Amino acid sequence: MMLLAVLSGFLLAVAVPALYRVAGKHIGWVLALLPALLTAYFVSLIPAVSGGETLLIRNQWMPGLGVSLDFMVDGLALVFALLISGIGTFILIYAGSYLQGHKDLGRFYVIMLSFMASMLGLVLSDNLITFFVFWELTSITSYMLIGFNHEDAEARKCALQGLFVTAGGGLVLMAGLILLIFITGSYSFSEILASDLAIHDHGYYTAAAVCILIGAFTKSAQVPFHFWLPNAMAAPTPVSAYLHSATMVKAGVYLLARLNSSMDGDALWSNSLMLFGAATMLTGAYLAFSSTGIKKVLAYSTVMALGTLTMLIGIGTEKAIIAFVCVLVAHSLYKGALFMLAGALDHETGTKDITKMGGLWRSMPRTAVITGLAALSLAGLPPLFGFVAKELMFESVINSPVWPWGLLTAAVASSILVVAVAGLVFLKPFFGPVRTTPKQPHDAPVAMLIGPAVLTLLALIFGVAPFVPAIFVLDATVSSVYGTGVTTALALWHGVNVPLMLSGASLLAGSLLFITWQRLHPKLYAVNTAASRFGPEAGYFRFMLGITQVASWQTRVLQNGVLGIYLLILVLVTFGLTGYTLFTRHGFQLDFDFSNGYFYEFGIALLIVAATVFASVTRSRLGSVASVGVLGFGVALIFIHFSAPDLGITQLLVETLTVILLVLVLFKLPPFVNLSSPWERYRDLSVAIFAGATMTLLMLAVLDIQYFDSISSYYIENSYGLAFGKNIVNVILVDFRQLDTLGEIFVLGLAAMGVYSMVKLRAEDQHKP
Amino acid sequence: MKTNTLILHTAALAIMPLQLMFSVFLLLRGHDEPGGGFIGGLVAASAFVLYAFAFGAESTRKLLRVSPRDILAAGLLFGLASTIPAFWTGQAMLTALWWEVPLPGEGYLKLSTVLIFDIGVYLAVLGTLMTFVISLMESDE
Repeated sequence: MMLLAVLSGFLLAVAVPALYRVAGKHIGWVLALLPALLTAYFVSLIPAVSGGETLLIRNQWMPGLGVSLDFMVDGLALVFALLISGIGTFILIYAGSYLQGHKDLGRFYVIMLSFMASMLGLVLSDNLITFFVFWELTSITSYMLIGFNHEDAEARKCALQGLFVTAGGGLVLMAGLILLIFITGSYSFSEILASDLAIHDHGYYTAAAVCILIGAFTKSAQVPFHFWLPNAMAAPTPVSAYLHSATMVKAGVYLLARLNSSMDGDALWSNSLMLFGAATMLTGAYLAFSSTGIKKVLAYSTVMALGTLTMLIGIGTEKAIIAFVCVLVAHSLYKGALFMLAGALDHETGTKDITKMGGLWRSMPRTAVITGLAALSLAGLPPLFGFVAKELMFESVINSPVWPWGLLTAAVASSILVVAVAGLVFLKPFFGPVRTTPKQPHDAPVAMLIGPAVLTLLALIFGVAPFVPAIFVLDATVSSVYGTGVTTALALWHGVNVPLMLSGASLLAGSLLFITWQRLHPKLYAVNTAASRFGPEAGYFRFMLGITQVASWQTRVLQNGVLGIYLLILVLVTFGLTGYTLFTRHGFQLDFDFSNGYFYEFGIALLIVAATVFASVTRSRLGSVASVGVLGFGVALIFIHFSAPDLGITQLLVETLTVILLVLVLFKLPPFVNLSSPWERYRDLSVAIFAGATMTLLMLAVLDIQYFDSISSYYIENSYGLAFGKNIVNVILVDFRQLDTLGEIFVLGLAAMGVYSMVKLRAEDQHKP
Repeated sequence: MKTNTLILHTAALAIMPLQLMFSVFLLLRGHDEPGGGFIGGLVAASAFVLYAFAFGAESTRKLLRVSPRDILAAGLLFGLASTIPAFWTGQAMLTALWWEVPLPGEGYLKLSTVLIFDIGVYLAVLGTLMTFVISLMESDE
């Protein structure tokens, strides 16, 4: 059931093109049924999980490698699964309207559903390797969605940047996870969390922690990797709302929270989380305030929220974890809603620039009301859930065991900025003088408003009655992040205390900041432009430039286009190393024993040698191809003689087809010319003799040493018993080593594509003027 | 490239069907006797190559009806699909499943995911080689 739930997105994705033909423009509503059903399914798991249970669902995948499709559902996983499927439902409906009539809408849904399935897999996986696979799948689907408008060069560039940063971080993360597997000896999150192993004392700990942190920081856009997220706004708005605010970018935070109860208690872990989290929070808040594109503003405020989440995990007290869970949920609700509303504004007015909008409340009243509520939650004002979350954040920062003053300054500064940002998002476009926009604005259609409305309503309900979500699922979430059972006592009103006063102060300061925005903005813009020359994004571009330079240098040196040189280097290196190992480990051995040979065996050997010599001395290409064919047939004869009919037949067929292919190629080659100097020919000859001699010695050595027991007897014994086949060669190919064969046919496919593109596409290019 | 030899034309028309039947025979017997998807695919490919030498790339395309690349893709899909059913029985991916369908009279038909996989190999090999040959032949037309 769980397996089906996770993979259903992929299955539905396959069916999208067919469904699109039937459902037409209602496709969004039809596809949204799946996440709606999934939401219902995850809701049905709430009672068990909030009762303190951790559900483990086991499915085998590749048991030999320790990789399984095991799923673990605890509070943390469940809250994420609910967010993914719940928000996903509205996003799919929304996208149907936002991208209505787009020629690639079908493709959009294919990737979107695949992303949803990958994201669910990511948060539900119990196995570290499976987790990583889903992690990378989210990076790849994100890449395809950012670059959805693939005819736009800018979108392609941004997509590539997002991919490089997140997938590069993903590789580092893989190293970290493997180190973690070494440390704990377990592939499973649930076992690692349950064990009381002292992970910190292990020699690999520092390396593992650093790698995991880098992986999580790149995915969750922490400073200094934050720059890819605003650029990811090149994606259509439903993508920004779903991937780049509500779900995917939280994957890094999810991983940190997931591992927190095992890793925490170590200064390296928690201090870097606090440091980078606070820096990200402040940077995000500042950049949000100084941007003008509505999506950029929201993207930077997402960066800020991600920083807050990281910082709260770093603080790690019980209060901080409660705050973490509340900020997580509150942010997903209001940011998902705000992005969809921003898309609606863009869709209806034709501009993304908030300085070009004004007085829209008259023409878009419903959009205005919902945006207002969502912006209140963003600013952290009562009675929205964002307020509850922000108060908790202040409280846990004040009580932080380390650096309380530093963190508090950062937190207050960013909440001041965020109040101003909320003003930018709501007051700026909807109030003030009416401005003419590229399109005549009117209220967005139902499909585009239902999502934001429901999410904002939830934020309102959770704000007025915060104990409701707490009882159902948040308590369990806090417990699974914190490690021990926790009961939160969430309330909207805590009485007059320090956090409330801080909120009041930041509201006041934020409002002042908002009023001065108009004057402040040009200056900030100038500062940002100057700073961007030295920022991390500039570093990214320098790094990419360096890669291309190194690549072109090594292409010039190693791949200079002379095939003879490639071959020479390959042969020299391979046989040099093999010969060296053979000589040092084994020594040479020259005992030829021809006494048992039959005359026809000598005949075949002679044939092979003669064919080889002829192939290398003849000046006729056709002659040399034919004699290589003779050589192959000789080898086939040997196979058949030593009773390996399968190999023999294969060799014969392959030889025949190779000769045919070579003949086809021969027709295109220019006439034979002698280009190489005698010196070069002697060099090539000696390398060839060296390679041949090494190979001969190797074969002789192989015959009389055996480092491992032969595996053949296993195949012979079990071929019929286990695999019901009498032809052992075939049984090995298609059953015992099926994975290898599967890999091989994919290599065949790649080779076919390579040849096709070389022959075909190049020919087409030449025909073009 | 197209030859106008009467002998080759006649021989190709006679030999090709035999080769194709033989390739299927090799494919199906492969699990117990010499043969299998790889060899079968090679034999089938050589049948089409023979035809292509006699009648040219264009008519071979017509004979195949689908693009060789689609044959290749279908082969890869078959290969992948054969690994999936094991999930439904709760076993690890790639675990082979067998069904024995009794035939009228004595004997039974051995069906398995392995056979599906072998068909995939057959199609992949055929598709790859035909992609090679046809694109090479067309490039000089």
